[in-house]
Amino acid sequence: MIGNSAIRKEGRAKVLGRSRYTDDKTFRCVLHGATVRSDVPHGILKAIRFGEGIPWKEFTIVTAQDIPGENIVAAIVPDQPFLVPVGGEIHHAEEPVLLLAHPDKYLLEKARRAISLDVEELPATLDVASSDRVFKEINILHGDVDSIWAQAAHVVEADYRTEAQEHLYIEPNGMLAIVAHGDHQDQVTVCGSLQCPYYVHKALVHLFNLPGDKVRIIQMDTGGAFGGKEDYPSLIAGHAALLAWKAGKPVKLIYDREEDMAATTKRHPSRTHVKAAFDANGLLLGLDVDFTLDAGAYATLSSVVLSRGAIHAGGVYRCPNTRIHARAMATNTPPSGAFRGFGAPQSLFALERHMDVCAAKLGLDPAELRRRNFLKLGDTTATGQLLKEDVDLAGLMDRTLADIGYTEKRKLFAAANETDTPIKRGVGFSVFMHGCGFTGSGESYLASVAGVEGLADGRVAVLAASTEIGQGKDTVFSQIAAQALKIPMDMVEVAQPDTKVVPDSGPTVASRSTMVVGHLVEDAAYAFKQALIQQGFLTEPYAPEVFREAVKRSHARLGSMKCYAQYHNPPHIVWDDKTYQGDAYPTFSWACYAAEVAVDTVTYEVKVEDFVANQEVGRVINPVLAAGQIEGGVAQGIGWALWENVEWKHGRMANNQMTNYIIPTSMDLPRIRVGFLENPHPAGPSGAKGLGELPMDGPAPATLNALQNALGPLRLDEVPMTPERLMDRMEVARG
Amino acid sequence: MVVFNAGRSPFDRFLDLSRLSELQGIEEDATHVSFGALTTFRDMEDCPAVHRHLPNLVKSARATGALAIQNRGTLGGNIANASPAADTPPSLLAYGAELELVSSRGRRRVAYEGFHRGYKQMDLAPDELVARILVPKPQGLGFHFFRKVGTRQAQAISKVCLAAYARIEAGVVAEFRVGLGSVAPVPARARHAEAIIQGAALRALPVEAACTELLKDISPIDDIRSTAQYRARVAQNVLRQMLGELAAV
Ligand SMILES: Cc1cc2nc3c(=O)[nH]c(=O)nc-3n(C[C@H](O)[C@H](O)[C@H](O)COP(=O)(O)OP(=O)(O)OC[C@H]3O[C@@H](n4cnc5c(N)ncnc54)[C@H](O)[C@@H]3O)c2cc1C
Repeated sequence: MIGNSAIRKEGRAKVLGRSRYTDDKTFRCVLHGATVRSDVPHGILKAIRFGEGIPWKEFTIVTAQDIPGENIVAAIVPDQPFLVPVGGEIHHAEEPVLLLAHPDKYLLEKARRAISLDVEELPATLDVASSDRVFKEINILHGDVDSIWAQAAHVVEADYRTEAQEHLYIEPNGMLAIVAHGDHQDQVTVCGSLQCPYYVHKALVHLFNLPGDKVRIIQMDTGGAFGGKEDYPSLIAGHAALLAWKAGKPVKLIYDREEDMAATTKRHPSRTHVKAAFDANGLLLGLDVDFTLDAGAYATLSSVVLSRGAIHAGGVYRCPNTRIHARAMATNTPPSGAFRGFGAPQSLFALERHMDVCAAKLGLDPAELRRRNFLKLGDTTATGQLLKEDVDLAGLMDRTLADIGYTEKRKLFAAANETDTPIKRGVGFSVFMHGCGFTGSGESYLASVAGVEGLADGRVAVLAASTEIGQGKDTVFSQIAAQALKIPMDMVEVAQPDTKVVPDSGPTVASRSTMVVGHLVEDAAYAFKQALIQQGFLTEPYAPEVFREAVKRSHARLGSMKCYAQYHNPPHIVWDDKTYQGDAYPTFSWACYAAEVAVDTVTYEVKVEDFVANQEVGRVINPVLAAGQIEGGVAQGIGWALWENVEWKHGRMANNQMTNYIIPTSMDLPRIRVGFLENPHPAGPSGAKGLGELPMDGPAPATLNALQNALGPLRLDEVPMTPERLMDRMEVARG
Repeated sequence: MVVFNAGRSPFDRFLDLSRLSELQGIEEDATHVSFGALTTFRDMEDCPAVHRHLPNLVKSARATGALAIQNRGTLGGNIANASPAADTPPSLLAYGAELELVSSRGRRRVAYEGFHRGYKQMDLAPDELVARILVPKPQGLGFHFFRKVGTRQAQAISKVCLAAYARIEAGVVAEFRVGLGSVAPVPARARHAEAIIQGAALRALPVEAACTELLKDISPIDDIRSTAQYRARVAQNVLRQMLGELAAV
């Protein structure tokens, strides 16, 4: 079962168009909702004006005044209101101020445009460099970096930056809310497109000031998320529920693409300064990294994004003296949020670009410089984490370089680039890791629970709040449970995430579903089998049909039997939040990616012509799904590296359309050659580690390193390296 | 359509032209290939006469939007939509196309060059329709060049688009026209650059002079898709590439 490319559980319904997304669910009496937003980045809301010619009486109108509970989105730092009240401060230009609902979508849109806001504008901070408001600051200290600059043979420093990235999941955000008014308490139910049912649940409990059992959150089929449906859905669900509560009717609040792109979260833009010291042999002596994220207007998840970014800033190298100073700063732009990789792609871009810059300064091949400095079994990372697994980064790198033909191509291209051909080619690579599961004490704090339940027909159901968002979670959980119970996969069902039915297995983020929750599913399945045996329904060994009969009998006799497993931090994993020292992650996945690029010097367009993605992710549970994750992540990474540019105008996204925000098509991507090295790790079920975010980390530095190889010394310090930016750099270099 | 869907169209009443047979069909005679305004991009891609005589138009059509757009979008619509970034106008300019306009007052025939008078301004009365697009068939030894620069390889809006046609007689450029997209408020002819090349020998094309003159033909801007500087430089580079290929004929 495990190790087989079982076909996706929900694949047939998706291919046949039978999946039910939020907007597919409807009722005759449903109202459509709309959000009125502030249109200035900073100011005080003085008044709301309702224009002429709209039958306002027909509308359900919600303002901050109507909110029954707390007007604040429950989050790590509760600072974001659901709606800015009159007299309140507007912190960004897409901030929700008022909600409308009406049965007629078109009239609703007219009404939305007929509302105007009186705002006393205040000066706005739109550039992170000019911000002085810190949301979170982290210092990681290891050795004494200031003591080594003087004794180093080489000190190399440079600045790097990365820009915002839009998730562009295929299904925009949307929620459907139903509120039943009870005698004593209301019952709030929200169905929607989301990643983390219990985050939304918590937000609505506070918004309505209701006990947990009066709020029910159900995940509908979801068309992608990539982190973009991690925190923002709490806001949309709250808005839909407020309208439904006031109207006494179901309300659907579905964003169109333009609203989704403009208003919801994006990847944090970053600025990184890296200073590295080497001895005469090219051994890394010291690393000083200053890492800044633009968090936008509210704290949201920025503190944890920053944390992952900071921990990954030292990369895969042994370094006796490291200082990482990281800050998440406030600006008056829409809040940045989670996006595949969660801060690591930003800091790893800086470091892996810097390694190539250093190699050039030291006169070494980039592969040789890295080889001399790779972490090995028994080394410690910047947070003092002792590496207990036998990582073979040099082997991973050598295999990747051989796969892409690095040595031959570097020679071949160098000669060809000397001629007057307008097309210049190069190869480059990056080596990196991604921490699996939540950072630091995150997992023990969450203490997630997953379960297995026996069904009347003899099958079992997996109970978890983890969401299927296109990554194949339903399939992988079924494989894990089927393997543990020694039954075929079609005897396993995966329950729809519904807070009334499934336990809180934590959010579907951080490459944790397979490794952490999958492990709980495996434990719960073993416990379920054990229970059947102990109660005398089953004896080992058994055939699947015998198991089915046993479950049926147990159900008939005892009713539904459920077994749960809860996460407990293994005692050998120790983390100190105050000093930022200890085991940052239970384990890491490791990778080396290589890119071959062709630059057209007529148009400054870059084409990635070949790409090799090799990684060690523990045991691979489903090779086809795993390769799909890697290919998709690489595509997203190449998009971020070369094209995906958010154009900001007065704190708003100006190119919030698929026409003008350029993600790659199949014509723009090479075949992505994916390889797995398997080194099973005890942290996950059957030795699996996390892999969902890993592929986002490597493509940008690999692609820009290849560009460097194609074009020679150039300031390639930023992604996306659009044709416009590349032209600027080439003209500056030419003088 | 896009503007209408986004709720930003000021209009809510429309005239459906799709069944007017007078506006359909591609015709060929001794001197011209003529296109009904309702000719789709797909029709152009499928028509042997267009491939044979006007290969730049085939390339324009193939570079337009996605297959679905190519199946539905029309040449008349591409012209009358009056986008400076449209991909057939540079080819029509390079081939010296003319338009036939109709209204209840009659028909008139105008050169396509000059039809666009300013951003979204056309020599088209409110009651007039574009009926046909007439393109003279190139005669003799011809050189055709088309290049669209969008940010991605497909489904992109042009940042620079350049189409050129040259007739070569005894090693000399006897006729030469260049049409450009996305570098001015309207699809533009490169009159200044053309003048430098017109009459020059293939062996000694004044390439750099033409590239410098090109800046007089264009007035690119910064917008959400690109920068003025990029558009100007890439227009020059593509012209240089085109002249390099012309010199090698
Ligand atoms: C997703 C997408 C991608 C696109 N990509 C490209 C691209 O890459 N390159 C490109 O050039 N274009 C592109 N377009 C634009 C498209 O090609 C043109 O808008 C199309 O050619 C219009 O043809 P239509 O018949 O649909 O015209 P319509 O949209 O029906 O009309 C467009 C305008 O022209 C007027 N009009 C139409 N026919 C006539 C006529 N016979 N006489 C007078 N006025 C008329 C209409 O009143 C309207 O104002 C794209 C459009 C979309 C939606």
